Amino acid sequence: MKKFLILALSLVLIGGLLASCAPSQPSPSPTTTSPSPTPTAKKITLGLVLSTLNNPFFVTLRDGAQAEANKLGVTLIVMDSQNDSAKEASNIEDLISRKVDAILVNPTDADAVVPSIKKANDAKIPVFTIDRGANGGVIVSHIASDNVAGGKMAGEYLAKALNGKGKVVELEGIAGTSAARDRGQGFNEVMKNYPDIQIVARQTADFDRAKGLSVFENILTAQPEINGVFAHNDEMVLGAIQAAEAAGRTGIIFVGFDAIDDAIKAVKDGKLAATVQQQPALMGQLGVQTAVDYLNGKTVEKYIPVPLKLITKENAP
Amino acid sequence: MISEETLRLRRVNWRIFFRRYGIVISFLLLCLVLSLLSDRFLTWTNILNVLRQSSINGIIAVGMTMVILTAGIDLSVGAILALTCVVTADLLQKGLPVPLAMLTGLALGAALGMFSGLLVSRLHIPPFIATLGLMTVSRGLALTYTQGRPITALPASFDFLGAGSIGPIPMPIIVAGLIFLIGYFILARTNLGFYIYALGDNPMAARLSGISVNKVILFVYALSGFLSALAGMVLTGRLDSAQPTAGYGYEFDAIAAVVVGGTSLAGGEGGLFGTLVGALLIGVLNNGLNLLNVSALWEGVVKGAVIALALLLYRAVK
Repeated sequence: MKKFLILALSLVLIGGLLASCAPSQPSPSPTTTSPSPTPTAKKITLGLVLSTLNNPFFVTLRDGAQAEANKLGVTLIVMDSQNDSAKEASNIEDLISRKVDAILVNPTDADAVVPSIKKANDAKIPVFTIDRGANGGVIVSHIASDNVAGGKMAGEYLAKALNGKGKVVELEGIAGTSAARDRGQGFNEVMKNYPDIQIVARQTADFDRAKGLSVFENILTAQPEINGVFAHNDEMVLGAIQAAEAAGRTGIIFVGFDAIDDAIKAVKDGKLAATVQQQPALMGQLGVQTAVDYLNGKTVEKYIPVPLKLITKENAP
Repeated sequence: MISEETLRLRRVNWRIFFRRYGIVISFLLLCLVLSLLSDRFLTWTNILNVLRQSSINGIIAVGMTMVILTAGIDLSVGAILALTCVVTADLLQKGLPVPLAMLTGLALGAALGMFSGLLVSRLHIPPFIATLGLMTVSRGLALTYTQGRPITALPASFDFLGAGSIGPIPMPIIVAGLIFLIGYFILARTNLGFYIYALGDNPMAARLSGISVNKVILFVYALSGFLSALAGMVLTGRLDSAQPTAGYGYEFDAIAAVVVGGTSLAGGEGGLFGTLVGALLIGVLNNGLNLLNVSALWEGVVKGAVIALALLLYRAVK
């Protein structure tokens, strides 16, 4: 009986493993651009290694990079690491042996990518990181969304919507994460300029919708008057909206961050006033542009902030 | 006239009283302190808030109590919650009638729990490892199933479980109350309850005295999975959205409620009354931190310190 059970369970597990290992989609072979319209003296070839192409964010990022490469007449080799650090390492090794002029990498993990970056450094190939950074190796520049500017953008919008006065709640992300720190910093810098806006509660809800709901329920009890809410991400703000609706509290202006699908829908429904959107296409474009500038001998900044965009009912996609 | 004998008995009774109900004293003290610090604490809406917010952890903690009473542990509760609620929500969006979708979700939860029960009872895999494995797999399946996206906008009749209320009492509180009553009945009034204690107290003796140990283990893990699924439905109803990342870390909240409530991790000792108070203590603490606007950076420190203090106090009284 017991042996049979062990056998059966092992078979189930092996079956599951095989099923999960089978490629759900053909892994894209490296794609190359069409020949450039304006041939330069020596044609530049860039390698772009993305953590995954199984996420619309990174697909849009690739499209932006590809469009810019076409425009500048450089060859772009795109590789998909499928969220696997080992695949990422071999992708980068492949690019090194193909002697590309520069590597743009969006790491699957800030630590796991370091040995690969060092290999590229040894081969004298400049490396740029996109969206996620790396914890070691020599990086020419890091191209990522400017969360501080995004926090400021949300703050300015909320302050205008409140006519510069009122009681505001800030729902913070996981304490200690860079996103929570930067978004909060930008928001609070703006709030300092509005002396009539009082931040009556500042609590963490860990970027989580269920926590956003319960934490905001508690804040609603503690604060009889709330005019505006800024949350460090959309999940928390959607939970808070649920809490306000259940408690029958109206007239609160909610502002979120990330522009996830549920949030865009809430913006269209008029429940959420605004949310801040990252611009992956622009990220890809700036990545390619920065690498080409660097290869053409221009000096580039260590950090290239990618601007964000405020989504409101007027411009909701 | 009081005889020597009754006096002695009374002293013994007091000691039992404190061992069993000491945590209640800590709990009441915490409530007293919070009501002095915030005038909002003892309002009707806030009491409902605390009860509603504790209900999800409470439902899970009932199953966890039974598992821990058998000297086991169930780390998979949060992940089972996530998997069952995304599957239920998906079935609802595909147009399955509400009762059928809920039954499927609950059955899935029970089946997943039974799987850990099988690993623990038949294959003698330590509960920590068996349920850790199930936790990882279930979380992964929830993410794969949804491609990482939340499933939002569900039928109102389903959301009633989490967002509705009967009279002035919100549904989550009613559900959690019923689960505690049923659990209490099982543990205190049935043979099965007796077997659960016996198994945790001394598995060898339990086996030798003819208790079908494997069935008892299977039952507690299946129940834990079932209740995780139920808690997931309450949560989904509350949010009107099922999330593959839901329930992250819920296993620790549930274990904390059970242990703070005086149930021994070694099994065989404790019960649901303590778990109820433990869950409420954690709920009141979270609520109090929000009401007092304690900084996120200090939250963990304050939470840990208060829980440690509550336990110390109750040990000291004992």
